[in-house]
Amino acid sequence: MVEQTAWWGAIVLPVVLGLFALAAASWDAVGRGGATLPLRSVAGLLVQQRRRTLAADTVLWRTAGIVLLVAAVLAASVVPLGRWVVGDLSVGLVWFNAMEIVAWAAVWLAGWGGNTAFGLVGGYRFVAQGLAYELPHMFVLTTAAIGAGSLRVGDIVAAQQDLWFVVWMPVAFVVYLVSVLAMAFLRPFDQAVGNDLAGGAVAELSGVDRLVFLAGRWVLLVSGAAMAVPLFLGGGDGPILPDWLWSLVKTAAVLALLVWVGRRSPTIRMERFTEIAWMVLVPVTLLQALFVSIVVI
Amino acid sequence: MEIVFWVCAVGAVAMGIAVFRVDSMARATFALLASFLFAGVTVLLVELTYLGVLVILMMIMEMVVMAVFMVMYMMNPAGLMPMTMVHNQKGSLAIAVGTFAVLAAGIYLVDWPTSQASRPDEPTMQLGEALMGPNMLTMIVLGLALFATIIATVVLATNRGRYDRYGDRLEHRSPRDPVRGGIDR
Repeated sequence: MVEQTAWWGAIVLPVVLGLFALAAASWDAVGRGGATLPLRSVAGLLVQQRRRTLAADTVLWRTAGIVLLVAAVLAASVVPLGRWVVGDLSVGLVWFNAMEIVAWAAVWLAGWGGNTAFGLVGGYRFVAQGLAYELPHMFVLTTAAIGAGSLRVGDIVAAQQDLWFVVWMPVAFVVYLVSVLAMAFLRPFDQAVGNDLAGGAVAELSGVDRLVFLAGRWVLLVSGAAMAVPLFLGGGDGPILPDWLWSLVKTAAVLALLVWVGRRSPTIRMERFTEIAWMVLVPVTLLQALFVSIVVI
Repeated sequence: MEIVFWVCAVGAVAMGIAVFRVDSMARATFALLASFLFAGVTVLLVELTYLGVLVILMMIMEMVVMAVFMVMYMMNPAGLMPMTMVHNQKGSLAIAVGTFAVLAAGIYLVDWPTSQASRPDEPTMQLGEALMGPNMLTMIVLGLALFATIIATVVLATNRGRYDRYGDRLEHRSPRDPVRGGIDR
């Protein structure tokens, strides 16, 4: 069903992700500086000179953006596009999870590296938020894996030929989308880089460093949105159009939904979200997993 | 394959040394993380994909949480003053070298069994059955004991339980928390 692409797949993937990320960022900027704001920002950040702070930990600071971007691309490497996938791992789902966890380290490092109070507070906020969204997120991934009886993303797609997982695990789908927004620290979960902290973890990031970090954030969002398609929306399954096009259309739809929800939501403080996550999301995802397990048995 | 192994082996050791050479808690933590990641890749090399990826996943998560605690409790968090990660220098050096020598000697001296059986298709499944199959009862009891320990630890450690939040007779309808928001208020 799913086959590994040739080596050039690994070159095409970042380009596709980049285009999606740019589109998402552009739409997010409509009404807040215009759709061309991301492109203008890229040009501006490329020529901007780096701001420096006193006693910054430059090594860790630069590492933050690089690992975020690299991990976001690597996370997408197990996501199939129709029939093609760059890395057909037998434990693709765990790989995806491992790569997106890198965001924890990246945001904390970005906050720490600048040696400024606002940045540091932002970094710690994200770790707290991570503890909130990660458990429901993992339970949701587990639920999809139980439904298919496999950790291979291709098998999960194959298991949805008759019925998409979104139909009989709607709770898991919704919680997955919430956790994707939280992991990409996009509104309403953007307190780590919130305006109340003058930018939080990215407050002192400038020039190319800032560009790489923010690009990594949008690519992470795209990777998360793209993963929702094979996990819950049947992958490339669909009438008339070829399956790769269906994958792209569905990814675009999920991404648009996430950005739209983000635009319309006020920021949620992470300690509030933590309580909601642990008191509501963890139990409902566990119940969903239980339901799916019973159905599978 | 061999090149990757040597890169990982040297990288893991170098990063391990770096933990004790750098003068900042954050750098020490992330040097340790890098060392663990190199070790995780070597697990991937012997085709234990699930275990290798799991090591990478857990280590990143664990070391970020660890960084928070290391910075909170250890001396000189920001690395603004010189500090050392080494205590009892001679003793620990002797223990470390001794342990390494014993383990390395063990690798070469033990007569390891060889197997003619071919690799199973699904090592993850095999591992799960080996762990869970005959030892299910042990695992269930162990799981319960661990879970009870976690809850007991939290109960002992919390400084604001439900009687503090809802009153001595649990009479308040909404909890009295220092932070507003969340559920039920």
